[in-house]
Amino acid sequence: MRTIPPLTRQPFRGNLSPVSLLPFCEWLANTRGSIALHESLYMYPLVESAHVLTLCVFVGMAVMLDLRLLGLTLRRVPLSDVTSRLGPWMAAGFVVMVITGSLLFYAIPVRSYQNIFFRIKMIMLCLAGLNAWVFQATAHRRVAAWDLDLVPPRAARIAGALSLVLWAIIIVSGRMIAYNWFDCDKQPQPSIVNRAAGCVVAGSR
Amino acid sequence: MSLLPFFQWCEASSVGTAIHNSTWAFAVIESGHLLGLAVIGGAVLVVDLRLLGLGLRRQAVADLARDAQPWLVGSLLVMVTTGVALFLSEPTKCYYSTPFWVKMTCLALAIVFTFTVRRNVTTAAGTRARPLWDKLVALVSLALWFGVGAGGRWIGFSG
Repeated sequence: MRTIPPLTRQPFRGNLSPVSLLPFCEWLANTRGSIALHESLYMYPLVESAHVLTLCVFVGMAVMLDLRLLGLTLRRVPLSDVTSRLGPWMAAGFVVMVITGSLLFYAIPVRSYQNIFFRIKMIMLCLAGLNAWVFQATAHRRVAAWDLDLVPPRAARIAGALSLVLWAIIIVSGRMIAYNWFDCDKQPQPSIVNRAAGCVVAGSR
Repeated sequence: MSLLPFFQWCEASSVGTAIHNSTWAFAVIESGHLLGLAVIGGAVLVVDLRLLGLGLRRQAVADLARDAQPWLVGSLLVMVTTGVALFLSEPTKCYYSTPFWVKMTCLALAIVFTFTVRRNVTTAAGTRARPLWDKLVALVSLALWFGVGAGGRWIGFSG
């Protein structure tokens, strides 16, 4: 458990270096709101529940879209119908995911930042975004040509498969953040773990 | 009659103790449980939203329900299998957990409702126009599955 720092409003005095956000996270952890959320009896579990249950809306819809791209479900539904009709639900779900996810980070910034699974999740999120962008910019631009295909072209199938894999990793690593196997305060750890998690270990650099 | 002796027997079972004593097993099984959640979420929502007149409105309810059916059943099987394994690792905790009983009640109702009333509506839809009944069925379905999910999440917070 964290010791409770005095509740004074502190200006951010850390050094925002391009390699480490640790000082920023330490400052964030000492803000009033972070402490309140961290110590709240109901608010934190409620935010976490919203994060998990919105998974059904956002990833659930994304899964249906990806399966359609793979030609595994909704085969007779035009791809443009799936994206235009389910898109708004995905977008709304994504906004809720980002807000609740940010709040969860805000409540426990330092431990999250130095958590190997959190880092994997963030990297995979970027890759999922990149994958979606590439799909938008390539195969989806020519959707009119394959809108009614029962099995979409190769590029679309690859995008769908990649998306499924990436979101699965994001879900699993997200769940694993809760476990402290590789936390910085559990030493000794292999040096590769400490490096990946950004642990500041006494005796090492 | 109390179910406690049965729950205690589950706790003493070899599968239960193996999962309970393993560092990774619970986390790995729980991850599978969550992956199933995402799929079942999509399979349920696509059809229920359609019954509410939202989402894929241009398609027939019966077509969407038929397409979603294998994913619904498949993910439900994954969820039940992983769920039983999770349960076996801590049955006594579950026995004294209100959210657990809320979840099990909602789950039983949701499964019965999905494969009876909702199934009838999604196969008959289009032959008879009963928009109000469709909407009611979708709302009951969503409410029951929400109870399952929220109850499930809350098991972890209690006790």
